Amino acid sequence: MFTRLATKSLLNRKGSVLLTIMAMSVSIFVLLGVEHIRDQSKQSFNSTVSGVDLIVGARTGSLNLLLYSVFRLGSPTSNIAWDSYQRVSSNPKVAWSIPISLGDSHRGFRVLGTTTDYFKYFNYGKKRRLEFSSGKPFEYTFDLVLGAQVAKKLGYSLGAQVVLAHGLGRASFSLHNKNPFTVVGILAPTGTPVDQTVHVSLQGVEAVHGGLQKPYVADDLPLVDFQGAELQPKSITAFMLGLTSRMATFGVRRDINNYRNEPLTAILPGVALSELWQMMSVIESTLRLISGLVLISALLGLSAMMLASIKEREKEIYLLRVIGAPPFYLFLLIELEALLISCISMFVGTITLYLSLLIARDGLATNFGLHIGVNVFSFNNVIFLVLVAGSTMVAAAIPSLMAFNDSSRRV
Amino acid sequence: MAINLNNVHFAYPESPSIDVLNVNSWSVSPGEQVFIHGPSGEGKSTLLNLLSGMLTATTGEVMVLGERLDRMTERQRDRFRANHIGYIFQQFNLIPYIDAIDNIKLAYGFSGNQRHPGLVDEIKSLLSTFQIDRSDWHRPIGKLSIGQQQRIAIARALINKPQLLIADEPTSSLDQKNRDNFMSALVSLVSAQGITLLFVSHDMSLANYFGRIDALSEINVSRKRL
Repeated sequence: MFTRLATKSLLNRKGSVLLTIMAMSVSIFVLLGVEHIRDQSKQSFNSTVSGVDLIVGARTGSLNLLLYSVFRLGSPTSNIAWDSYQRVSSNPKVAWSIPISLGDSHRGFRVLGTTTDYFKYFNYGKKRRLEFSSGKPFEYTFDLVLGAQVAKKLGYSLGAQVVLAHGLGRASFSLHNKNPFTVVGILAPTGTPVDQTVHVSLQGVEAVHGGLQKPYVADDLPLVDFQGAELQPKSITAFMLGLTSRMATFGVRRDINNYRNEPLTAILPGVALSELWQMMSVIESTLRLISGLVLISALLGLSAMMLASIKEREKEIYLLRVIGAPPFYLFLLIELEALLISCISMFVGTITLYLSLLIARDGLATNFGLHIGVNVFSFNNVIFLVLVAGSTMVAAAIPSLMAFNDSSRRV
Repeated sequence: MAINLNNVHFAYPESPSIDVLNVNSWSVSPGEQVFIHGPSGEGKSTLLNLLSGMLTATTGEVMVLGERLDRMTERQRDRFRANHIGYIFQQFNLIPYIDAIDNIKLAYGFSGNQRHPGLVDEIKSLLSTFQIDRSDWHRPIGKLSIGQQQRIAIARALINKPQLLIADEPTSSLDQKNRDNFMSALVSLVSAQGITLLFVSHDMSLANYFGRIDALSEINVSRKRL
């Protein structure tokens, strides 16, 4: 009967209650959304690359290098010479190397030119290797491997013909349509920018940029070598290194940074990621502060609404007292009403957030490289919801105490 | 005695020097039906609130149904009121956004009586006694007529089988026909159950329903001094 009374009382004041629920839902949406995106971005960023000891690119800031080489965000400052790559990777302390060539795209998805070592050595998450959901790595110059999301979104399957475009725009007027590629492999989903990437061989990149003097059919050019000098890249965007020993990391890094023939930058991905989060921590704190303030204002609104309702409900409170309701019952009734508003708002806020993430998930992944999960019930968010419920009780304490005092005092 | 007041004084804490109520001695026998009349501002509400335990006397002895209300804690008075006293007002007798059955259940719940499986049937039978249509049992109170609301208010007041029923101008908002129906139902039920009735009104035409008629000015002597 107690809960029924509180529910019916709220239904009786639909207008003001609905507005309060909307205000609180928005604040809970913002609070949980900020926390969820922060947490997921961190996880997503941290799991994007694993087992890579150094990333090397042209002289630039470590964050810029990290963003364009791993997250496919932003643009590289300049390329590095193929010769420099070969020299560095021939260092005996280097166990493996993966060259990366960026600059082309296919229908908004970035194209990454690399070697088959990419599929052998590149790790993500907790040292997880790339796996093929169908097909195999490229064998011929015009073979192409799709990331899981690209295949899904564009509806490509093995054997599909793909034309690359010069530049990164979604609609490019400079198509490399003389040399279409054939899809030979589709990678399993990784939850990293790999899913949004179109992978081709370095020879393929070179071929579509004028390396080939005459038209070839795909099977003509196996990736045995670079077809002499014809398809050998002059430059690449960056490369990743795996070293024989972790102890060698700083030494190799120093050597690369002091490389005389060309200004190069070598970064440790883990350190660069930490720097990135350190830089983001101010934004993080600011966002948390703003969402906290939004919540406080919504709670104050709730408190004001409940306070006004006490004034309107003087006769009701008196009646309840006359039929035997103790003042504490009235205190609890107001608290329960506030808690019900809060619970409904939490439900609405959480569901809205879930649906928004479901809708925005692909856009976030494509445009920002953020792979955000839709399960918003992280440990932190559950703690936040409990805190919201607690704060509601505190905010409702003022009108509840007023009802308590009024009912003790008034006749 | 159902009610016994001795040397009762009451003043509001904001103005302690002004006696709102001063009753030397006043008593009502069990089962008696008393009509109390008097104009507004004579301390009528204060007297009823003292008798129901909503207020406590500044000094003096307030005995209701053999219990000293002035010696009880607030919680004890709340429970006593819920168990032994029924109250009917001029208006706002019921929570407007819940239905008749829930209003009566609510009053039952505060009495501390254990809910029993036959409670709803008992409530329905009570509502039928007061000629409340079955179709109106589950309608929010706010959608019923004033006459229906007042009859449900009696049912609500009687659910805990009170020994004392206080009616504070309950007929003021009723027309002649509804007023007569209400009075007949009230008096016959109270007589049948032997309930002590205190009926306060300024409408002297209702006095003929009662065996005892007291003027408020005779009970509250503080007004005589003014």
